[in-house]
Amino acid sequence: MAKEQLMDYQKALETYEVVIGLEVHVELNTNTKMFCGCANVFGDEPNTNVCPNCLGFPGAMPAVNGKAIENSIKIGLALDCEIAATGRFARKNYFYPDLAKNFQTSQYDEPIAFEGKIDIEGPSGKVFTVDIERAHMEEDAGKLTHVGGSTGRIQGAEYSLVDFNRAGVPLVEIVTKPIYGAGDEAPELAAAYVRSIREIVKNLGVSDARMERGNVRCDANVSIRPKGQEKLGTRTETKNVNSLRSIEKAVKYEIQRQAHLLSQGTAIIQETRHWHEDRGATSSGRPKSDADDYRYFPEPDLVPIQPSKEWIEQLRATLPEKPAIRRKRLQELWGFSELEFRDVVNSDLLDEIDDTVKAGATPQAARKWWTGEIARIANSEDKEISEMPITPKQVAEIAGLIDSGKLTDRLAREVLTGVLAGEGDPAEIVSKRGLEVVSDDGALLEAIDKVLAEQPDVLEKIREGKLQAAGAVIGAVMKAMGGSADAARVRELVIQRASGE
Amino acid sequence: MSEITPELVRHLAGLARIEVTDAEVAQFASQLAVIVDSVATVKAAVGSEIQATSHPIPMSNVFREDVVRPSLTQKQALSGAADSDSGRFKVSAILDED
Repeated sequence: MAKEQLMDYQKALETYEVVIGLEVHVELNTNTKMFCGCANVFGDEPNTNVCPNCLGFPGAMPAVNGKAIENSIKIGLALDCEIAATGRFARKNYFYPDLAKNFQTSQYDEPIAFEGKIDIEGPSGKVFTVDIERAHMEEDAGKLTHVGGSTGRIQGAEYSLVDFNRAGVPLVEIVTKPIYGAGDEAPELAAAYVRSIREIVKNLGVSDARMERGNVRCDANVSIRPKGQEKLGTRTETKNVNSLRSIEKAVKYEIQRQAHLLSQGTAIIQETRHWHEDRGATSSGRPKSDADDYRYFPEPDLVPIQPSKEWIEQLRATLPEKPAIRRKRLQELWGFSELEFRDVVNSDLLDEIDDTVKAGATPQAARKWWTGEIARIANSEDKEISEMPITPKQVAEIAGLIDSGKLTDRLAREVLTGVLAGEGDPAEIVSKRGLEVVSDDGALLEAIDKVLAEQPDVLEKIREGKLQAAGAVIGAVMKAMGGSADAARVRELVIQRASGE
Repeated sequence: MSEITPELVRHLAGLARIEVTDAEVAQFASQLAVIVDSVATVKAAVGSEIQATSHPIPMSNVFREDVVRPSLTQKQALSGAADSDSGRFKVSAILDED
């Protein structure tokens, strides 16, 4: 495929105004699917959580999962939406092998929630209010695996294999209104928005919210128009961008691609596009269908949903605090600087640090471990920090062992490596690997005396007030003790020796 | 008479994933026109005071408990499939090489 030409990003922003719109699909973590009692589980053997309903057998009758409705209303409320007095399901007709019924049960003109808003902080700290157009319920489709061809992708595949375990899993699709005025922050704002949605649904407890499993998926609509032009440009919709980093990159790519085309006098085609993480580019998918082509009509097999005011208020009372408010509270509680706090937010570590602090660590220790050593290891293994096999409780335990003087920083890092290698909890690893700090002064003095015997002039220098001379002794002692000594205590003992105690 | 163009018939056939010959396009165009006209006649008869109805019985909020029920086995699920592979339904290629 020919590589597409891009306009320089800054130049594109000088000439064009960027308008974005985001569609986020959230998979709910109910026990069962949306319209049948099959289990909603990730990673089971293919086609083992299926029934006549999700396989689209003739005559199968859907039955709405009440819990999924409840969770959808909660999402709507958390996004400051109105909840529809009457909501209805509709059939969205299209033919594709991942959808056995040949229609997706969705909502069309009567979504469960509409007209909401959410405050999102851009990278510069500027707050954007993103208007939510609607949040509607629908079902997920099956999973396709494309076999053959050169790339493993849909293009050029010889055949495809379908697993319907995911077909019928409850989804809530959240659609924003067009977002204007984000300028050069548009890519980061898009990612920050998805991060907030993920945070909301996770805190609500309605979704596992793991992007790497597709629990939260984003379609990014991007259009540009010459500055000063009223009429919106033609938009493209980049599908299923599955990490926060990719969202940012995909939006930026589309801005640059479209700017190049427009500058050449070429019209933008309204189409869906696919994001390719490997080559950092989008490619053309199918032309975007019009709503008419889906021939929506009310689902005759399901009756309308009319949540009572009492029910809605009952659910509203259970909502956790909003992300923006929670952030403000945590920043004050933890006493982090602006920079430290933004680093935590941008690294997606709010929950981890919150839980680590709740498990007994100081906020600074929690921050240091998560944004430092753990992030470094995750990065070197090319993993998300959330995928690392360590719990906030374990991090708090390591921090506690340092505070009580049982571990030095260096030993603690070794314990961390042990936890990540699945050797158990920190205390177990300390005893198994024999990592505890030597707090026995006798053993330390023995090592110190040995070193001092080799460097007799050191004591004299210390007596003359050249305390930095102790450094060489401390280093040698630490080395002799295999690092399992508290350097501060060694320093005290060396100085005591020099003063003749 | 409604104007059902050959292009519209081909578009519909494309959405429904069916191949149509030119003769069929002409035939379906005239048949579809009759259907559309019939619906238009009914529409004209309905006054503005009548609400659109999707369900004849005024019922709402029929919900199922979120409790797992037994599913089919993989073997049962695939028993009616034209072809399968590794526990999955096998279908022909979806897109041509771009």
